[in-house]
Amino acid sequence: MVTFLGIELKTPLVLASGILGNNAGILSRVHGAGCGLVTMKSIGPARRDGHNNPTVIDLGCGMINAVGLPTPGYNNMDAEWQALSDRDFPLNASIYGGSVTEFVEVARFVSDQGPDCIEINISCPNSDHHGMLFGVDEKAAHAVTAAVKRVIDVPLIAKLTPAAPDIGRIAKACEDAGADAICAINTAGPGMVIDIEAKMPVLAFKKGGLSGPMIKPIAVRCVYDIFRAVSIPIIGLGGVTTGEDAVEMLMAGATLVGMGSAVRYRGIQVFDMVNQELNDWLAAHHTTLDNIIGAAHPGDSGADPENKKQAGPDTIPAPPGGTP
Amino acid sequence: MIFDQKPKMLFVAEKTVHNPYFSTLFFNAAIDFHPGRFIMVWIPGMDEKPYTISFHTPARFGITIEAKGRFSRRAAALSPGDWVGIRGPFGNGFDIIPSPDVAVVAGGCGMAPLAPLVERLDPNLYFVHGARTKDFILYSQRFAVKRHFTTDDGSLEHRGFVTDLLAAEIRRRKDQAQPQFDMVYACGPEMMMHAVFTLCQAHGIPCQVSLERYMRCGFGVCGACVCSDRVVCTDGPVFHSDQLQKMTDFNRTALLKSGQPVALSEYVSWRCQ
Repeated sequence: MVTFLGIELKTPLVLASGILGNNAGILSRVHGAGCGLVTMKSIGPARRDGHNNPTVIDLGCGMINAVGLPTPGYNNMDAEWQALSDRDFPLNASIYGGSVTEFVEVARFVSDQGPDCIEINISCPNSDHHGMLFGVDEKAAHAVTAAVKRVIDVPLIAKLTPAAPDIGRIAKACEDAGADAICAINTAGPGMVIDIEAKMPVLAFKKGGLSGPMIKPIAVRCVYDIFRAVSIPIIGLGGVTTGEDAVEMLMAGATLVGMGSAVRYRGIQVFDMVNQELNDWLAAHHTTLDNIIGAAHPGDSGADPENKKQAGPDTIPAPPGGTP
Repeated sequence: MIFDQKPKMLFVAEKTVHNPYFSTLFFNAAIDFHPGRFIMVWIPGMDEKPYTISFHTPARFGITIEAKGRFSRRAAALSPGDWVGIRGPFGNGFDIIPSPDVAVVAGGCGMAPLAPLVERLDPNLYFVHGARTKDFILYSQRFAVKRHFTTDDGSLEHRGFVTDLLAAEIRRRKDQAQPQFDMVYACGPEMMMHAVFTLCQAHGIPCQVSLERYMRCGFGVCGACVCSDRVVCTDGPVFHSDQLQKMTDFNRTALLKSGQPVALSEYVSWRCQ
């Protein structure tokens, strides 16, 4: 059992937004398979079909996707909200909008449906008009976080993009605006895969976000930077597939560890498997989850925000240019 | 060899036009085949859709296309030498029961995944194929085994539903104290598969049916194809009756491209566009 933002979770594992979270049945099943906190697919202001296929391609070392934020629209999901109202698992509702006004409109409605927390997706690279602009600009990130925070009754999580030149500063802006936690990272890139016989990009949207094992070092670096910049808890995700990956993410500073693409490589049961592997690792090293959070940060315990502040937010320089 | 990662571009090697409605495209490549598995077929610049494998030999496989929507009309119009991208195979496929007492029930283009299954089952199987009219019958010369036909207009053999014949055969076996079916396999319109499932449940006969939902990734992460708590592309597309009885979305609800759940009839009319 872990407590996160006052929510009791049976494991420190989180289902990433955009993976499977399409109905109450599958969310319940993922929870049953060992996931502490399940996240709904991002909910937008109006019905949107997303892109034509190909939208999701496996590359072996991870995936590239441009699904394009499909959503029935927040006010077109009555049956789903009904099915979720008598759930027996903690629920994170991911939302997006094309403007602060749209974010607020969606957030206000979704908050009334009683999720355990709301995640603002200010980081999706797969739409020309939604999301990511907020996640690469401190002022915009602050504005949308503050505006959403004012209209919701549940904890607020800001989901960030590794495309930000300094993700620590974005995280700090969200914290200052009232975010209760940070979730990092969304997909990296965007990247592109061209089929040399077809002589065109494989994805219908041409470019797409990268996920899975190939982005884990980027994700670990981002969580590390964010941990030094903020005092609120972090959901660390990006390429985590094994218990040892989870340990690495926790040591970078995550309180919870998310998984998405890992479902491709190890199935829905990956949550039970990683939880077991994590517990085995902790037992073999005679330590606890709390003890390893932020353990990779030199000169401070990581778990104590006071120590962290003494270490200073910028002792580790951000790499030039953000993501490759 | 075809893989389940990024699409591999293949030439259409050969095309068989069965009738004005159905065509089969053949590709010269090896693929890890099992009856009921499917591939994602990419027409560059247009879209990518799931198709079941309807023919398979070690160095060649084929997909059978019913030209009815925007994509399938374009796919059916492809000619030898045209490129398509293929990734897969995906999904579980049918469990093959080595028994002479099995039935195969096909409706319309639901014949496509069942045909290679029939070729691997005991030749004494009971085999029913339903179609709109005799003109819609697929693979007229393909099978060595006896096939019973039903048509909506009575233009070939029995006029009525596939379940009419299946129910009669189940009753006959009961009345004549012959071994009952150990398994019934079905693929066709979901309403038909549900009728087969309901009939089998009433007689305590296990069945396997192959479901269809809008798909994106094909490998169980995007969630577009969920049916209740099952992921059709990886948990299925073939489901056993013990799973089907827990899937309340079966024959009732499917998700549109936006993820919005709608009544199956609305979903079906959207898919045929």
